[in-house]
Amino acid sequence: MTFTTVAAPRSYARTPRRGPVTRLLEDERWLAIVLLLPTVVLLGLFIAYPFIKGIMLSVTDTKVGVPGHFVGLQNFVNVWHDGIFRVAVWNTCIYTAIATIFKLALGLWLAVLLNNNFKGKAFTRAFILLPFIIPTVLSTLAWKWMFDPTFSVINWGLYRLGIIDHRINWLGDPDLALISVIIVNVWRGVPFFAISLLAGLQTISPELHEAAAIDGARAWQRFRHVTWPLLLPVTLVVMLFSVIQTFADFQLVYVLTGGGPANATQLFSTYAYQIGIGTGLLSQGATISLAVFPVLLVVVIVQLFYIRKAETH
Amino acid sequence: MIEGASWRRWVFFYVPLTAFIVGLLFPFYWMVITTVRPDNELYRPWNAPNYAPFWTTHPTLEHIKDLLTETLFTTWLLNTMIIALSATIISLFCGLLAGYALSRLKFPLAGALGTGIFITYLVPQTLLFIPLADIIRNFRLGDSPWALILTYPTFLIPFCTWLMMGYFKSIPKELEECARIDGATRWKAMLFIIFPIAVPGILSAGIFAFTLSWNEFIYALVFLSSPDEKTVPVGVTSELIRGDVFYWGELMAGALLGSIPVAFVYSFFVEHYVASVTGSVKG
Repeated sequence: MTFTTVAAPRSYARTPRRGPVTRLLEDERWLAIVLLLPTVVLLGLFIAYPFIKGIMLSVTDTKVGVPGHFVGLQNFVNVWHDGIFRVAVWNTCIYTAIATIFKLALGLWLAVLLNNNFKGKAFTRAFILLPFIIPTVLSTLAWKWMFDPTFSVINWGLYRLGIIDHRINWLGDPDLALISVIIVNVWRGVPFFAISLLAGLQTISPELHEAAAIDGARAWQRFRHVTWPLLLPVTLVVMLFSVIQTFADFQLVYVLTGGGPANATQLFSTYAYQIGIGTGLLSQGATISLAVFPVLLVVVIVQLFYIRKAETH
Repeated sequence: MIEGASWRRWVFFYVPLTAFIVGLLFPFYWMVITTVRPDNELYRPWNAPNYAPFWTTHPTLEHIKDLLTETLFTTWLLNTMIIALSATIISLFCGLLAGYALSRLKFPLAGALGTGIFITYLVPQTLLFIPLADIIRNFRLGDSPWALILTYPTFLIPFCTWLMMGYFKSIPKELEECARIDGATRWKAMLFIIFPIAVPGILSAGIFAFTLSWNEFIYALVFLSSPDEKTVPVGVTSELIRGDVFYWGELMAGALLGSIPVAFVYSFFVEHYVASVTGSVKG
């Protein structure tokens, strides 16, 4: 062969001198260990260890400053018979279910609206995300002020429109409080759904719509049979994140009602806070958090199963 | 665009979109107007005849002045800034390295570690705050910014790692291979070839991490107790409400000024932020 003779001589690149550390890092396995070390240490120390510590706390009767003794599953038995805990779990489930349905419906609607071309689209999209990026506690305070029993601007609006003739006690009425809290959660969550679903919508080729339109499909049919199935995988992932965040929500309720009136808005997180931090019963509080963990786990596994199924289709 | 007559465009597009925008932004307008409204107008019952809620004829900066001079607000602002920045830098550092390792290197347990990090991504803070409070106390970190600087990365690192993994996967492997053929070590190829290309991804992860740390509430509420160590969200909710009395003017001024740093950062990097939101849900 003639061209073997023109192969470049290897001597043009002086092999750099390499120390033992550099040589060690050339091995993929050692490099991986070095790169992952900080992450594993931090997550181990502040996620895995607290998780184990939580389990250890839940089988003792530890209080703040008082080392506990082993009590077996007594805490779980107590929690099971605790009426407020049952109310809190029920409220958490209702809160998560209703808020997620509304966030999905409104978020999808908003995404479809934003998927049109119109003037000021980028601007609108940027402003619409504000509820999601502004610290929740601070925007929730604005809502608390809007829900104020005496000075509520919402009441003023409804009164002026002739819808109500007496004041509505948004947060003080046990029947209304949970609805009010859900409204704020939906308000905060809609932008996240809208922006994520919009990204999903933009990956759907307009040609599919045109083809369906030529075949005589109406707008709703096109949405139902073209857009929705293609959007399903993204929708399911967005819902997974939203359900977990909503299920574990704390700050919104803490600021608006503190779990009241009469535990009408008590969620498991606010109850765990009241017992574990408020009254210092660490073990009881840790038990409450742990007792909801299986519920959350089941919800997550079911959702992951559907995501897997939607992706393989 | 919606097809058909112009009334259809109005009914199916402009009206609902306007309703969404007004509904989503009204609370912020309300924050602003409450901040500049004098107290005698603020506390006028909603059904009083001269109640004009949407504007004020006597705007005042009294509430902002009170907030900045009479309270510890500026201290909280500084605390939050330091904590959010430090936690973001730590998380970016860890997430960048871990994301590279998990997306590019072959090693035993790679799959298990990836799954482990994804699971911690899904663990909400409210599940662990009680045992974590005990641990923070045992480590003698309580009531210091370190309690938050070290614990915030627990929910930021999984997110950063996840986002960076997605980003690294989009960079062709050949780039690195070229550098290695030219004599670069693995370490140098990563540092000088791959990381510079990943800057947009790093920026996205950083912006998102910063807003998340600014937003965090329950850890800050539980781990900090002295008024001058608090962050903005905790300070505003615990120190500006004295007993049952709400000073709404100052509260809204606090909410407004406490939101501005995040909104400011966000306004410069909207596209990166949107990329991180959509990237965070990509499998």
